[in-house]
Amino acid sequence: MEIAIPRKNIIWAYVIVGFFGLVSVITFAMHEYYAYLSAYLWFGFIYGMCLQYGRFCFASAFRDLFAVGVPRMVVGIMIATLLFAITSNLVAATGWSTFHAAPVSMHALIAGLIFGVGMVFAGGCASGSLYKTGEGNGVSLLVILSISATQALFVDWGGVFNKFVPASWHESALQKGLPDSINVGDGWVDQYLAGYVWNQPVKTYAQTLGMQDDTLTGALLGNAFAGVFIPAVIILAIVYIFWVRKNYIKKISAEKGGSITYKDHLNGFWSMIMASKRTSIAGLLLGIACGLQMFVIEGLRMKFGVKNAGTILERLGHDFGISAKGTVFDPGYWYVTTQEAQWVGWTLQKLGLNNMDNIYFGWVNGIPNPAMNPADWMSVALIGGAAVMALLHGEFKFKAPTRELAFWAILGGFFMGIGSRLALGCNVGAFFVRTAMGDMSGWLFGLGMIGGAFIGVKIFNWYTERKMAKEMAGFDLDL
Amino acid sequence: MAMTFTKKEQGIYSLDVTGYVCPHPQIYTKKALEKIHGGDVLEVTFDNPSSSESVSAMCDSNGNEIIEKIAEGGKFTFRIKKA
Repeated sequence: MEIAIPRKNIIWAYVIVGFFGLVSVITFAMHEYYAYLSAYLWFGFIYGMCLQYGRFCFASAFRDLFAVGVPRMVVGIMIATLLFAITSNLVAATGWSTFHAAPVSMHALIAGLIFGVGMVFAGGCASGSLYKTGEGNGVSLLVILSISATQALFVDWGGVFNKFVPASWHESALQKGLPDSINVGDGWVDQYLAGYVWNQPVKTYAQTLGMQDDTLTGALLGNAFAGVFIPAVIILAIVYIFWVRKNYIKKISAEKGGSITYKDHLNGFWSMIMASKRTSIAGLLLGIACGLQMFVIEGLRMKFGVKNAGTILERLGHDFGISAKGTVFDPGYWYVTTQEAQWVGWTLQKLGLNNMDNIYFGWVNGIPNPAMNPADWMSVALIGGAAVMALLHGEFKFKAPTRELAFWAILGGFFMGIGSRLALGCNVGAFFVRTAMGDMSGWLFGLGMIGGAFIGVKIFNWYTERKMAKEMAGFDLDL
Repeated sequence: MAMTFTKKEQGIYSLDVTGYVCPHPQIYTKKALEKIHGGDVLEVTFDNPSSSESVSAMCDSNGNEIIEKIAEGGKFTFRIKKA
């Protein structure tokens, strides 16, 4: 399929790259600390290009499998996760990893379920919505706005929602010794975090197998092989058996005849992997870039003698919105949702609503000015990188949301926002990164996400079936 | 713009899902292909880039032949012959 690329697309691509280049150069000239923010920026740009090129969307992975029987994205995502597991665990083995595992319990599964339903409704996961915004998609922009606002409001819900907090959570939260400014006894999410989630065990596959995360054996054998390779191969085998095998046998039988051998099935399995070439290439590059980002950010932290970007912002004179611990959100790796919540939190704070009296903003992540937030630089550049790739492939097109799609976008974004905060991350932070690093909560969130995608597809099938039947009513067709 | 399904001539149908994002284009395409008769042609028009891979993979897997792919100005038209 030949696509003619208009000259103006190429000019716009140069303009975007030039803009980010200028931002990096000018800010670096102001102070070398800005190199820290620029590192986030350029990794975000690479992520955006990879995501758009590979159509990399976690929503489409299981949704397309359940809805239309297409496995390419599940395969691509499993490959990317595996490759990221190799690069990031190599970084972990050097002791330079910026990753911290999350508590493991059923909350990750439930959060994944809610998130999974949301991403099907919204038409894209948290990271997918970012790259699609770069393609000019107004629906995806609406999804981002919905995720952002939902999170910022959800983490501050108190009042009547305090009645739904179990007494044990309340008591446990009060015993955590948090400063008075956080007011931990007020707010559903605060008491959920300090009274329940923080009490859950933190486990990696390496630790469960009696190894250390920062040793070569623990990182590669425990976390990458046992924690990622084996489960990924099992998932791919299930996909082949239930979605690919039947059609592959039909095709092979028609071509060569005779009985199907074990070797044929291995070839079929391999062709399923290779059929996702574009997604797999993107997965390969994403995996390398994600691992490299951990390495670069940790290196910059050592160079500047800091442990968190909050210190850098304070040294630069930007102390607004820094948490009570003196930190801001600074994961050191690819992340999506927290920085989206932060800019809404910052806006609400500027409008006079106190958003620093909760754990999420006030104690852990802060609400720095979005123009100085490293993770926001990453997300904005991700949109830019996706826009450049879409422009260069003639796929950029402004699309305003219709009322129908706006409804699904806001609803989907709402569910994803709730799911993200319950899981302490989205499809990237709670699944992709945690799974790759051998964090046992990663697959729990992933299983929930698969279940949620299945439920979402069932609801969507019912909805589209009704619309289709109405549209086709006048034709002589098999309705 | 709302989804439209029209009959262009005998055995040739048009499905326009321009403006829709995932998963609408691929789900509507799948449902339309299920409902038309074997040998009929479905012309699908959409402007959601990622749907192009999904629709192609779906047709390949189900044995439906994509006889023509046109891409222009961010808009795609696939002519699919049902097996």
